[in-house]
This record gives sequence, C-alpha cells and structure tokens, in this order.
Amino acid sequence: MSFGFFNYWVFIILLMIGLYTVMSRSNLVKKMIGLSLFQISVFLFYISMGKVSGGTAPIVVDGPLDTAAPIYSNPLPHVLILTAIVVGIATTALGLSLVVRIRESFGTIDEEEILEMKDGA
Amino acid sequence: MLSLSSQFPILVAIAPLMTAPICALFRGKAAPWAITTIASAFAFYISLQLLLTVASSGPISYELGGWAPPWGIEYVVDLLSGFMLVLISGVSTGVLLFARESITKEVPTSQLGLFFAAYLLALTGMLGICITGDAFNVFVFLEIMSLSSYALIAMGERTDRRALTAAFQYLIIGTVGATFYLIGVGLIYMMTGTLNIADIAARFPEIEGTRPILAAVGFIVIGLAIKLALFPFHVWLPNGYTYAPSIITAFFAGTATKVSVYLLIRYIFTVFGVDYSFEGLELTDILLPLAVLGFLSMSAVAIYQSNLKRLLAYSSVAQIGYIILGLALANETGLTASIVHIFNHAIVKTGLFLSVGCMFFVVGSTYLKDLEGIGRRMPITTFGFVLGGLGLIGVPLTPGFISKWYLVVAALEKGSVIGYGIVALLMISSLLAVIYIWRVVEVAYFREMPEGTVKEEAPISLLVPTWLFILGSFYFGIETSFNVGIAKAAAAFLMGGA
Repeated sequence: MSFGFFNYWVFIILLMIGLYTVMSRSNLVKKMIGLSLFQISVFLFYISMGKVSGGTAPIVVDGPLDTAAPIYSNPLPHVLILTAIVVGIATTALGLSLVVRIRESFGTIDEEEILEMKDGA
Repeated sequence: MLSLSSQFPILVAIAPLMTAPICALFRGKAAPWAITTIASAFAFYISLQLLLTVASSGPISYELGGWAPPWGIEYVVDLLSGFMLVLISGVSTGVLLFARESITKEVPTSQLGLFFAAYLLALTGMLGICITGDAFNVFVFLEIMSLSSYALIAMGERTDRRALTAAFQYLIIGTVGATFYLIGVGLIYMMTGTLNIADIAARFPEIEGTRPILAAVGFIVIGLAIKLALFPFHVWLPNGYTYAPSIITAFFAGTATKVSVYLLIRYIFTVFGVDYSFEGLELTDILLPLAVLGFLSMSAVAIYQSNLKRLLAYSSVAQIGYIILGLALANETGLTASIVHIFNHAIVKTGLFLSVGCMFFVVGSTYLKDLEGIGRRMPITTFGFVLGGLGLIGVPLTPGFISKWYLVVAALEKGSVIGYGIVALLMISSLLAVIYIWRVVEVAYFREMPEGTVKEEAPISLLVPTWLFILGSFYFGIETSFNVGIAKAAAAFLMGGA
C-alpha cells in the first residue's frame, strides 16, 4: 500500500530536504541549491499525478474502429509543469545573479558574515 | 462583431506585457518613462471601462483564444476584480507621474529602459492575478509579478547596498510561498480535474473534507499568507520596502500585498465557500489571532524605527492585520471593511511613501536623524505627510476612519467577549499609530534644522502626484459612495454567491 504512493513520498522527502537546506545553510549559493530542489520536487508531484495506470503516451493512433480506444495518461499536468520549470529557471537565474552582485558589493556570500557587517542585512 | 471593447479583458493584461520588451529597447531618460506611463494610463482607462460595464450589466467572462471554459482559460471581471484592477492601475499611473524626476536620482540612466520594463511586468502580473479565472494562470502571473519585483527592489542598490540582500531574502521567501500555492493547486486539480476557479467552486462541495483538500487548503492559505506578509510571515517586507527605490516602495505598498489579499478572499469565499472555510475548517481561529497579534506588535515595533521608510513598512504589516481581521470575522460587514481598507490603505500609504520620496529627493536620506526640522525646510511636503498620517491613524473625515468604523461594527456584530476585546485592541493599536506618527511630527517640527541647510521644496512634478494621493484620500474619506458602495456590493456577492 505504502509503495503505491512511492512517488509522493519521494516528493515530500525532496521538498523537505530542499526547505531544510534553504533554512540551515548560510552560504547563499547553497541556499539557491536548496530552493531549486524545493521547486523541482513539485515537478515530480505534478508528473506523478498525470500517470494513469496502464495508460500510454497521449498520442492519437489510427486503428480499426472496433478495437477499444487505448487508455491515455493525462498530459495536462505535464504541460503545466513545463511552465513551472521555466519559472524555476528564471528564479534560479535571478537568485544567482543577485548572489553575484552581493559578492561584488559585500565581498562575501556567507549570510552570517554579511549580518555581522555594520550595514549588513 | 470584433469590437475593441469586447477585447478589453485581455487588453488590460496584454498591453503592459507587450509594452515591456519595447520599453527595454529604449535608452535615455524620457522615452522609457513616457512609454510606461502611457501603457499604465491605458490599462487604467480600460479598467475603469470594465468596472463601469460590470457595475451596470453584471460580470464579464472572456474566453481566451475562443476556447470555452473549463477547458480554455477564462478571464473573469466581477465587481471585486474590477475594483482591484482600477485600484492597481490607478496607483501605478499616479506613482509613474512621480517617477519622471525622482527615479533619475536612484537608478543609473543607462538602466532606465530595463527598469521600466521590469516595472511593466510587475504591473502585468498584478493585473493578471486579478482578472484571470484560472487557478494555474494565477500562479504564472504571481511569478511574473514576484520575479520582476525582486529585480526592482534590488535596483535600490545604488542608494544602499542592503537592497541586494533584501531582494535575495524576498526571493527565497517569496518562492517558498509561490511553490506552496502551486502544490495546493496541484492537490485541488487531483481531486477535481479542473483548474477553472468557477468550475472548482462548483465541484468543491462533493470533495470537501477529504484529506487532499485539507492539505490543499493548508498549502494555499499559508502560501498566500507568506505572499501578503501576514504576521509572522512578514520578515521580507520591512527590508524590501526600506531599501527599494522610492517609487517602487510607493507602488508596492499600495498594490503588491493587496493582490495576494484579493487572492485569499477569492479562495476563502468563492472556492472553499463561507460555510466550509469558517464552519468546516474554522479558519477564523487561525487568522484572527495572527491578525490581532500582527497589528498590535507591528504598530509597537514601528514606534522604535529610526528610518522613516522602515517605520511606514512596519505600519503596512499592521494594516494587513486589519484587512485580515475583517475577513476573519466572517460576516458581511467584516468583509466590507476588508475590501474598503484594501482601497483606503493603498491610497493613504502610497501618498505617505511618495511624500517620503520627496524628502529623499531633497535630503538624500530617510533616516529620522537627517530629517530634523524638515517641517520648516519642506513645509508643503511635510504637511502632506502629516495629513496622510492622520489617515493612517483613522481620524474622522479620513479614509482610515471609514475602514476602522466598519471593522468595529463587524467586531460588535460578532458580539461576545471576543468582539469587545477586538474593539479594545483596535483602539490600542490606533493609539500606537498616533505615537509613531507623532514621533515623525516631533522630529519634523520641533527640532532645529541642521546648520547650513536652507528652505528647499521638492520640484512641482513630485509634489503634484503626492498631493493627488493625499487629497484623494480625503475625498474618499468624505465622499464614500465609490469605495464603500462597491465594497458593500462585492461583499454581499461573495457572501451570498459563494
């Protein structure tokens, strides 16, 4: 039974690893890695939910009219997650470029060192 | 058949979206600003037309690409979303009038094209969230708004390098919030098989109370609470607002968090339904204490701030507390108070942040220690700030009074000890607002001007938009038929039509 939800367990575990990394690391690049993991786990969740057991790829096939129509997996969540992947890439790119600017400006990418500065965060 | 006015719902989101890349191509001081202002004013005009149509002939539904809902994406304008569209595009246009001169001091001229492109994208995101009737489309627009706002906040770097760390912090927290929302939408899609908000709402009673839906409600409410800076998820807001360029702070203070409040109202009242939200789930028990703690603690924290922008930012978090309190009371008057306060606070806070922008333009700092004697140095600006401050406190004849009046009535309608307690706490919070506004007044009027400073007013192009918001706030505090009238009708629709 619990194996039936294997993908969902993995999704939650990845989500939590990502969130924990974001909260526990003071290195800003490691925070971004955690954030990416956090977002990517949601992709797995959407992809798993589109799967129909025994279903094939949703492509219309020509065949004799009397054969039963094949079962298709639901393609919509996959399409949705393509959009979310783009959003994830944009977030990572923007976050990393902010880290570059922080490095240029503060000379470090360690959150604790920045906090210790007089005009830190 | 294909008249322009039938395409208004899509134009309101598409106009700023399509203008953004064009704007990014232009260089120089004037061109990007002029293009942005025209696009924003155009969106404002369309929003007004849409609101008038909705008010006279009921909600508008627009099918994107001709695909009928629930398969295609549907854009819906009803009273509440029309009201939000007018508010957002109106605040944006007013702030842009202020931007022409003020922004040249804060952002390098070579980057103005890209700066205004990001501004237009943020505007697109906000308008899109309000107009779309599709749960996943909301996520896309939410991210368009958020990603451009991270970049815009980081543009304050030239004044204070902490803008970078503030933007990074907002990026981390904002992404977590948006991802929670995405998980919630996924769970709802799993259970209903649809993403159209009206369709979800229709199917919701069959599946309410199941475990995935409980999880979905949790993820969506927490995700949106992070986005709207509900106490204790507000940590990103004071930093972001303090270090962003003046016009960005003024624009976001009026609109960014309000859009998320709008979404929360949509989900609680339209999708989950009043009965399930407040009787099945008892969301009041979660939202009410957070709202009350929020406005009390944040008003108190605001008193101790040394930076005027940060002081107003904490006050914004407190005002979010009032708005959430109204909807947590779960009666029609409370919801009216929430919607009215979204509008009133947007006008008042934008006016206040703009007058702080005038002070920054002349003095080059927003720290209270640098603003001593500012009342004699910049009398017109400071007087505007004081009038706006009265609106924040809730003195009669100001819009703050109207929203607090409805909040008090709603709390009394709830009755019992809790209701009376809330009224007392509202009074205490208003007194705290008197203290933090008085601190500014004291610094501005009762301290000597620093040696060597002369009387110097902000240029007229900054003063006119500032006073437009300040006088506008008084207009809507006295002649309330527009804001209260629409809020009442929208609240009745949401409570009854759920």
